Amino acid sequence: MVVPRFWRERRSRYSLIGTKCPVCGTVYFPPRSVCPKCGRKSVGKMEEVQLSGKGKVYSYTIVHQNVIGYKYQKPYVMAIIETPEGPKLTGQIVDVEPEKVHIGMPVHAVFRRIAEDGKAGIIQYGYKFVPDEE
Amino acid sequence: MVGIVTYGSYIPLYRIKTAEIARIWGDDPEHPEKGLGIKSKSVPAYDEDAATIAVEALRNALRRKNIPGEKIGAIFVGSESHPYAVKPTASLIAEVVGAYKAHAADLEFACKAGTAAMQNVYAMVKAGMVDYGVAIGTDTSQGQPGDALDYSASAGGTAYIIGKDEVIAEINHTVSFVTDTPDFWRREGQRYPSHGGRFTGEPAYFKHIITAAKMLMEKASTEPKDYNYVIFHQPNGKFPLRVGKRLGFTKEQIQQGLLTPYIGNTYSGATPTGLSAVLDVAKPGDRILAVSFGSGAGSDAFDITVTDEIEKLDRDAAPKVWDQINRAKYIDYAQYLKFRRMIVEVD
Repeated sequence: MVVPRFWRERRSRYSLIGTKCPVCGTVYFPPRSVCPKCGRKSVGKMEEVQLSGKGKVYSYTIVHQNVIGYKYQKPYVMAIIETPEGPKLTGQIVDVEPEKVHIGMPVHAVFRRIAEDGKAGIIQYGYKFVPDEE
Repeated sequence: MVGIVTYGSYIPLYRIKTAEIARIWGDDPEHPEKGLGIKSKSVPAYDEDAATIAVEALRNALRRKNIPGEKIGAIFVGSESHPYAVKPTASLIAEVVGAYKAHAADLEFACKAGTAAMQNVYAMVKAGMVDYGVAIGTDTSQGQPGDALDYSASAGGTAYIIGKDEVIAEINHTVSFVTDTPDFWRREGQRYPSHGGRFTGEPAYFKHIITAAKMLMEKASTEPKDYNYVIFHQPNGKFPLRVGKRLGFTKEQIQQGLLTPYIGNTYSGATPTGLSAVLDVAKPGDRILAVSFGSGAGSDAFDITVTDEIEKLDRDAAPKVWDQINRAKYIDYAQYLKFRRMIVEVD
């Protein structure tokens, strides 16, 4: 794992900072420096915007064959979360029994450990999602 | 007036019953509840640590009242389970809330690092160095499997924002008492702490809490009956009741802030979270005494008066402590070992 790459993304990963095009109003996450719809008109004008962390499950899958580092969490749920601001975020849903996850389920972002570079490397923190209180 | 402007706590979802721990280690399943006064303890999920708990607690505080990052001048994080041995937790907190001009540092003093953080921030606000400061007590404490601490070492944390405007709870006085008493320790490089068994009681917990509480009440010219609520450090469910009785407090004064019977000892989070549970229900004019204890050993004591501002704070904007305690998912000992990374893998 390359430390600077993770460091560059820390604000969006920690605090869900995206960008908004002042021309058409579209919100992007991860942040974009140019709006693909408005092109040149948006250059240098993109505004930072913090997502609320709220959302609904757009789609999901239950992972039984884990990627490296996730053995202790399987089976785990990876989902696409539709946010009220517009962007769809990919993230893990935790503190839930996988069979209880369903499309449309309201969730909100929480701060968790995402990965770690072995026992001596850096710990990556960022957003995951948990179900809203019923 | 200097005091608490907003507050928030976080207790992980998972719990293990102490009877389940006793089952594994061949103890009487009723022993932990009868002997220690602990029914269950909180367990951090695999992807939680003292830093994630600190962030969630602080976010709960900010849900109740948002203080912009640029106004936060100090961040102290007290813990004995900081995720890194070298690399501060406080800088992560600063990044999360955008407090780039904050004086940020980590503290460690066994179970009293959280209240030490509160005292540091209180002092900086009172000195006029900062307008607002963040004090956090957070831990995912470690107990060696099979040790007495296996029944109590748990996870949780609380964040306070201390300032001088719109104060919901004024800190009238705070004092400390400290001696070099090695009742509990963890040497560099060791995974689990060691302790002096019964030595952790009389010369450590009781001596320091009683001395600090008496010093504080003398300074504040108060006596136990002047307080609506009292919070003592809670390494188990029995010590706080016993120390309260010896000081002249009733069970009713202690009950609201006594969480260990259900979530175990959250170490640096313990006294701050007990105080948070009291603030969840406190009314203007209520007087609160809070006394922490950290092995090694010392106590910080606070004399606090709840103000009219508490009615304006949106306390329902974040989950209250007892609601978080009651929202529990129980796991067995094997899952507990997995969550706490205590399974030794053989490849």
